[in-house]
Amino acid sequence: MSKAADYLTKDTAWCPGCGNFPIRQALAEALAELDLAPHRVLMCSGIGQAAKMPHYLRLNGFNGLHGRALPPAVGARVANTALTVIVESGDGDSYGEGGNHFIHTIRRNPHLAHFVHNNQVYGLTKGQASPTSELGMQTNVQTTGVVLPPFQPLAVALTMGAGFVARCFAGERKHLKETMMAAIAFPGYALVDILQPCTTFNKINTYAWYKERCYFPEGHETSDWQAALTLARQWGDHIPLGILYNVPRPTFESHFPVLAGSPLNGRPFSPSEVVGAQDEFR
Amino acid sequence: MNIVIGGAAGQGMDTIAHLLGKTLTRLGYGVLLSKDYMSRVRGGHNFSLLRIGSTTPWAQATDIDILVALNEETYAVHHQKLRSGASVIFDNALFALPAQEPRGLPTPFGSLARAAGGAILASTVATGAVLSLLGLALPTAEGLIREMFAEGLVEQNIAALRAGYAALLPARPVTCALPKATPLPPQIFIDGNQALGMAALASGCRFLAAYPMTPATGVMTYLAARQQQHGLVVEQAEDEIAAINMVLGASYAGLRSMTCTSGGGFALMVEGLSLAGMTETPIVVVLAMRPGPATGLPTRTEQGDLNFAIFGGHGEFPRAVLSATNLEDAFYRLNKAFNLADKYQVPVIFLTDQNFADTARSIRPYDFSRLVYERHLATEETATFPYQRYRLTEDGLSPRAYPGQFIGEVVLSDSDEHDEDGHIIEDGAMRKRMMDKRMLKQNALATEMSEPELYGSTRAEILLIGWGSTYGAMREAVDTLNVRGKNAAMLHFSDLWPLPLNNVTTLLPQARHSFCIEGNATGQFAALLRRESGLQTTYLLLKYDGRPWSGEEIAREVEKNV
Repeated sequence: MSKAADYLTKDTAWCPGCGNFPIRQALAEALAELDLAPHRVLMCSGIGQAAKMPHYLRLNGFNGLHGRALPPAVGARVANTALTVIVESGDGDSYGEGGNHFIHTIRRNPHLAHFVHNNQVYGLTKGQASPTSELGMQTNVQTTGVVLPPFQPLAVALTMGAGFVARCFAGERKHLKETMMAAIAFPGYALVDILQPCTTFNKINTYAWYKERCYFPEGHETSDWQAALTLARQWGDHIPLGILYNVPRPTFESHFPVLAGSPLNGRPFSPSEVVGAQDEFR
Repeated sequence: MNIVIGGAAGQGMDTIAHLLGKTLTRLGYGVLLSKDYMSRVRGGHNFSLLRIGSTTPWAQATDIDILVALNEETYAVHHQKLRSGASVIFDNALFALPAQEPRGLPTPFGSLARAAGGAILASTVATGAVLSLLGLALPTAEGLIREMFAEGLVEQNIAALRAGYAALLPARPVTCALPKATPLPPQIFIDGNQALGMAALASGCRFLAAYPMTPATGVMTYLAARQQQHGLVVEQAEDEIAAINMVLGASYAGLRSMTCTSGGGFALMVEGLSLAGMTETPIVVVLAMRPGPATGLPTRTEQGDLNFAIFGGHGEFPRAVLSATNLEDAFYRLNKAFNLADKYQVPVIFLTDQNFADTARSIRPYDFSRLVYERHLATEETATFPYQRYRLTEDGLSPRAYPGQFIGEVVLSDSDEHDEDGHIIEDGAMRKRMMDKRMLKQNALATEMSEPELYGSTRAEILLIGWGSTYGAMREAVDTLNVRGKNAAMLHFSDLWPLPLNNVTTLLPQARHSFCIEGNATGQFAALLRRESGLQTTYLLLKYDGRPWSGEEIAREVEKNV
């Protein structure tokens, strides 16, 4: 049986009080409860503070390029369907630089869990607006305030047909852990947008700000797409948390008969097996 | 014997050319088929060139013996290249040739096709007409139709073939009949993209992610059609950035993987190429060149991306660049690309171009026993535990394991500069050690590069130097020049980076006249050669009109100067 401590490694480069800490703790606990040994889990990430997660957990890690966390995860699923694949990155990485991959990975529906640390600001580049920043938020680049309306990741995901869509808050760690476990187990693409305070650069969306607004809607049916969409779009004074939608559909992997059975990366091969391939050209 | 089949896009030129090419191959002739097409789905002027010899021709010629004109424009474009004894097959119900043109053989493709079962059969009618002109019997072509078409379509296609054949029987001039050749040993008839697709398949590549882009798409369609049968996965990515990153993820996870694209797509991939360099993840990128800049001439040929292939990508990292010179060689060379990528944990770029990709030739079947499948993965013996992905070693090669390969061990790959474990670092000493480790591999790669092929005498007065798909045209030029009393040879490069220098540094200074021949406007290879060896050729022959060199054209340009 695994323990959360098996996954936690060294010191981090995060600011004291960063929302990344409870997210890391929740994930370590989720993996321990799912009893997924570190060598069976792969975390793909991009670039940003959240994307440093593979360095602060003991797992397989592919820490790639900014915005490109999802495509390597899809490739890894092709190579080895026995791997549990988690993609961990920030809002800039997932919804800005990687927006096209976000849309098409939802369509593709590979079995992976996508945990987006959404702090509504760019941390690593020191405080610029992110795709999810509030209208009017002033930064060193958006000097008179953000004028682009915020990207709505959950609404986009639902509209594109994502099977698992959830919103969590770093301040609700037990709920976060349980949602992560459900997302990892979900057969298909599972998006968890995690609201996360940035104590250094985001002076608007603080722990207190979220605590005042976040709530768990009662009686929500996770198979009700219309209700899920309404909750996904709700923002402002009341921000609903929880699994908004949970209805599996055929996975990317299931469309390739060759991926059924043992992982592709472990199958033996010799060129002599395919010598007949040139017969069609005779 | 040169046949040109021309018409608007969608009129079935490919069907005619393919059927003829394969029939002639089976009959023991040597066949070369290339395509000249426009970037449009319907209309325009497209044509196929079919050159037939007693051995397989290396490059296209310019004269025409038989012109199959499926529309009037074909005649207008090509009639000046017709030889005196040539024939023009055309549908006299659609248009008439000028009154002074004596070489026309009116053949009502349309009405014969409708009589055989439908207008769509016109291309099969035309195929029959050409076979009739060539003085060949029908059974081989009929056999092919039985193999190629769905059962319900076989009989009407054979009827159409026979109708076209019979229509020309009474009128056919003897000038177009093929001489009886001693049949060549069994051959295959295959084009460049098919050969590369098959090489990838036979090299154990089990994942291709790509975004369709002419002229690379043929590699993708070849592999896509064979996924079920051979147990591989082809995924059309949302863009080339996703394609190369998917391939990186799959390769990191232990699967031999590749992508294919053209220059514009490669431009999107270079960020990922740099990631392959930093993470030391083996990948193969087939880069099929077409004329740029930007969208350029999408369906034409050029050798304009050599610099881009060698130098593209931010930062400094080792890589290899190989190229397709001819069909016989490219099959084995792509196999080499896969093995180099795995052995040195680097990206390998395989350069082809539209000329290579879309040209089919009849060649001897490939010898699959020459293919090598070596993954160079870590073993219990070579890895140390706890496992370190970037362990510093004497030769710079860290034993590469994939996730899950060793129970209890984890594999961490990082785009940031990292330590031996793969963790982010910023200290200067470790940065330098890691850079040195990676760049050591560039030196080792240099020992793996094949020297350029010498065709002709080591003591030739005229030395032609080239690379990539100019091989066939340059070889014909050497033959032509030698027949005309010149003493010429060629040195032709297939492996381009690191540039192998032994042969060229010996032979180039000995030649009285030397020519670097390229399909680009700036002489990129000549500049590379100068940079790497300090040597330069006395002449630079450059062609950048989007069309391939012909042997005659090169010979003529050489003769202008010597």
